[in-house]
Amino acid sequence: MSSITALNGASCNGIINVKDAGLLGMITLRGDLKSKALAKALDVELGNVIPDQRKVSSTSKNTIAWMSPDELLIITNYKNVSKIISNLNKSLTGTHSLVVDVSDARSVFSLDGTAIRDVLSKGSPANMSIDALPLGEVRRTRIAQLAVAFWFTDEMNCQLICFRSVGGYIMDWLKNASEPGSEVNFH
Amino acid sequence: MPNVTLKNRTMGAGVYDHGWATGYESITDHMPGKKGPRQRLWRIRAKRILTTTGAIERPLSFAGNDLPGVMLAGSVRDYLVDFGTSCGDIMVLATNNDDAYRTAIKQSEVGLKVAAILDARTSVTGELPNKAREMGIRVETGMAISKVKGSKSVSGVSICLQAGEGVPLEEIKCDVVAMSGGWSPIVHLWSHCGGKLNWDAENAMFRPDPERPPLGDDGSGFVAVGGTANGYMIANEAMQDAISQGKLVAKQVGYKPVNSKSSIVNVENESPIEQIWQMPQGMSVKLQAKTFLDYQNDVKVSDVRLAAREGYESVEHTKRYTTLGMATDQGKLSNINGLAILADSLKAEIPNVGTTTFRPPYHPISMGSIAGDARGELFKPIRKSPIHNWIEENGGFFEPVADWRRPYCYQKNNETVKDSVQREILNTRTNVGLLDASTLGKIIVKGSDAGKFLDMIYTNLMSNLKVGHCRYGLMCTENGFLSDDGVVARLDENTFLCHTTSGGSDRIHAWMEEWLQTEWWDWKVYTANVTEQYAQIAVVGPNARKLLEKLGGMDVSKEALPFMRFSEGKIGGIRARPFRISFSGELSYEIAVPASDGQAFWDMCIEAGKEFGIQPYGTECLHVMRAEKGFIMIGDETDGTVIPQDLNMEWALSKKKEDFLGKRAHLRSHMSDPSRWKLVGLKTVDPNVVIPDGAYATDGTIRENGVKNMIGRVTSTYFSPTLNRSIAMGLVKFGPNRMGEIIDFPTLEGKIIKAEICNQVFLDPEGERQNV
Repeated sequence: MSSITALNGASCNGIINVKDAGLLGMITLRGDLKSKALAKALDVELGNVIPDQRKVSSTSKNTIAWMSPDELLIITNYKNVSKIISNLNKSLTGTHSLVVDVSDARSVFSLDGTAIRDVLSKGSPANMSIDALPLGEVRRTRIAQLAVAFWFTDEMNCQLICFRSVGGYIMDWLKNASEPGSEVNFH
Repeated sequence: MPNVTLKNRTMGAGVYDHGWATGYESITDHMPGKKGPRQRLWRIRAKRILTTTGAIERPLSFAGNDLPGVMLAGSVRDYLVDFGTSCGDIMVLATNNDDAYRTAIKQSEVGLKVAAILDARTSVTGELPNKAREMGIRVETGMAISKVKGSKSVSGVSICLQAGEGVPLEEIKCDVVAMSGGWSPIVHLWSHCGGKLNWDAENAMFRPDPERPPLGDDGSGFVAVGGTANGYMIANEAMQDAISQGKLVAKQVGYKPVNSKSSIVNVENESPIEQIWQMPQGMSVKLQAKTFLDYQNDVKVSDVRLAAREGYESVEHTKRYTTLGMATDQGKLSNINGLAILADSLKAEIPNVGTTTFRPPYHPISMGSIAGDARGELFKPIRKSPIHNWIEENGGFFEPVADWRRPYCYQKNNETVKDSVQREILNTRTNVGLLDASTLGKIIVKGSDAGKFLDMIYTNLMSNLKVGHCRYGLMCTENGFLSDDGVVARLDENTFLCHTTSGGSDRIHAWMEEWLQTEWWDWKVYTANVTEQYAQIAVVGPNARKLLEKLGGMDVSKEALPFMRFSEGKIGGIRARPFRISFSGELSYEIAVPASDGQAFWDMCIEAGKEFGIQPYGTECLHVMRAEKGFIMIGDETDGTVIPQDLNMEWALSKKKEDFLGKRAHLRSHMSDPSRWKLVGLKTVDPNVVIPDGAYATDGTIRENGVKNMIGRVTSTYFSPTLNRSIAMGLVKFGPNRMGEIIDFPTLEGKIIKAEICNQVFLDPEGERQNV
């Protein structure tokens, strides 16, 4: 079947490069982040650990991002989501938790370039300095009027997620904010 | 220094609470045609802000000081020194301070003429005046300008005694008048957030009071001022002050300043300024009326003195009465002179009259720099369903539904909107229609207390819903008014899926979280808003089942999937969760598929449905079909003042439950008043006349205030192509007890539409069409 993202492969190149990250598996997990059962389930099923406040923990196969004191976002292969959800639900039987597929509810952007922090600063009130947003930390904030989250995988690369219905708007926004001639040269 | 960013062409525009400053940068303003934004507004969060903004020279107040050619002494000097531009061949300088002499000296040095320096002070012995005298410049002390001569430009001045009333002693020819009434430190950024000022009478200026800075969250001052802006008018002192303030601020933010020598500036000593607020001191009313304080708003000395006589004692009131300082320069030139005149008129001290409030921005900034990218396509985010592009390409006539855009109808060929809607209704009632219902809110509620929680949130009982079943529910606010509605499906023992209205998903999700986080924090319930995870596609009409059976993959028969049930599986190879729910009264399946497969599923239905007469339909078709069935719509039948009882929905108010949100409010006397307007159907006597939206019903009597007495109003009104007549619903006083009565709906044109009160269900009251 032809599953397509809201961005359908769109990209744009300016003072940074922006492209549709494609279909990604995403799972919202709500629960007590201090619970041993949760830590064990994530270890067994994903080989990964619960990130500390505002952090992301990554393995070669998946990433877990801290979203709130009782919520994580698991990012993994699109095809594996159903199996992971079913396994997590099994391991968490009897533990108060919610595991739900949100793979199709988001748009994900891959950003690369040296000016990412400058470009995002144009629309986000978050402090984009490397001290305030180091590698390995996720920031839930907004771009223009919309909720987004982003994290740097290295200094040149960043993943940005927003809700699916506004993926087109964020793409247009990023295109405008990275237009050549609009360099900020701050970060 | 690598850790210092120097921004040229950037103005400190404003200082706000919590160390927030805005910087207005001009990027390409000076390079027309260059790509990129013209300006940028920087938002700067700082632990401490040090401003070294200098000072502004004040005009002197003498008659004719608005004539072209009358200029601030500093401006004349800047033109000469910075731009090599002469402002006039023959200058007369009027001053009350030593600094202005530099302008005359420079004018003379470059070979231009200074006809006279009129110094209002009686004793003038400073280094600069002496230098001017040595250069042969005529220096007159205790003298003033009585009036500037000329009509469109300066031709000369008549001079008089400063101590007198303006009797002209002599006329001096000149083509430029340089004036200086002293300097005012630029204290705006210090004062934007509450930094206070002291009046320094000796130097005739307001300067920052270091004891009363603007306070930050830690209770200490977060703005410091250095140099001339801090009231140090002599270059050497300004330099030293700026350095010591810089060190102080560096210490405050945790650095250890290194010792550095300040630059030595070779500068003449200056003798004190004298406060001169009008020239001459006893100027006649006639001269006052030609003496300008605010050049932009034409406020004269006579205007401020009149204000004082009229009783305006507060500088803020005088400002508004005279418009002094209300122009785009916000009183930079005029405020001190104006309030000094006011103080003099009131026989008060200047500090007792006080200043007006300093507000950001320091200087006007462009609206574009504030709005940024929020214009054109980026002005407002539009939410788009997974089918949005297809709808756009296939005649969709969009209407806004919250932040979504949904098709009101699909226009074919040259159809009118009205024709499209009628075609869609008839086709859906006879063949099969396809509706993009993806925008409906979908909230997962899970936990061992989920049932208990939903029993509180909804007015009806949800905890006894069987797994695999669906139930329609109502939500009220704690004040009892209807807030949202939708179908709840129980996915498993601990998990419910709550559908909300399209506009309600975020609001209801936040509503649920608020109750869970603030009131019922110990209940074991988690929620997740999964609205955008699914494309939800309604297949509606007598041929709906045939279409799904053709796509194959799931048993969608009446037996396997009866009305108000759902199941899970694959339809046409796509993961699907069909719900047997109906908002149209037809055989109907709402099928949730992953949003990424939404377009593929839609395409498949359109293709396979051809032989069954499939056509997509829009929101107006949906509205008319639900009205034909008498189903309410949140936002049509409700407006924030309507309770379930008004809509005869007592059946949805559980009597088994101890409590639910809104229950207590429903017991209040006004809520249980039998005379509340209640929902009924309305059939116009003339079946072709549709009652206008929102029309009121009247009973023919007139109220005390002369208005027709209203006994009800229309909430939904349409022409039903299915019944080939006009139908409506409305809230009418004692409505359900008045079946068959005819009531009046006056129109704006002065006509009266007559309608019969009837049952609100116009079509298939037994539900035989949907339950097949």
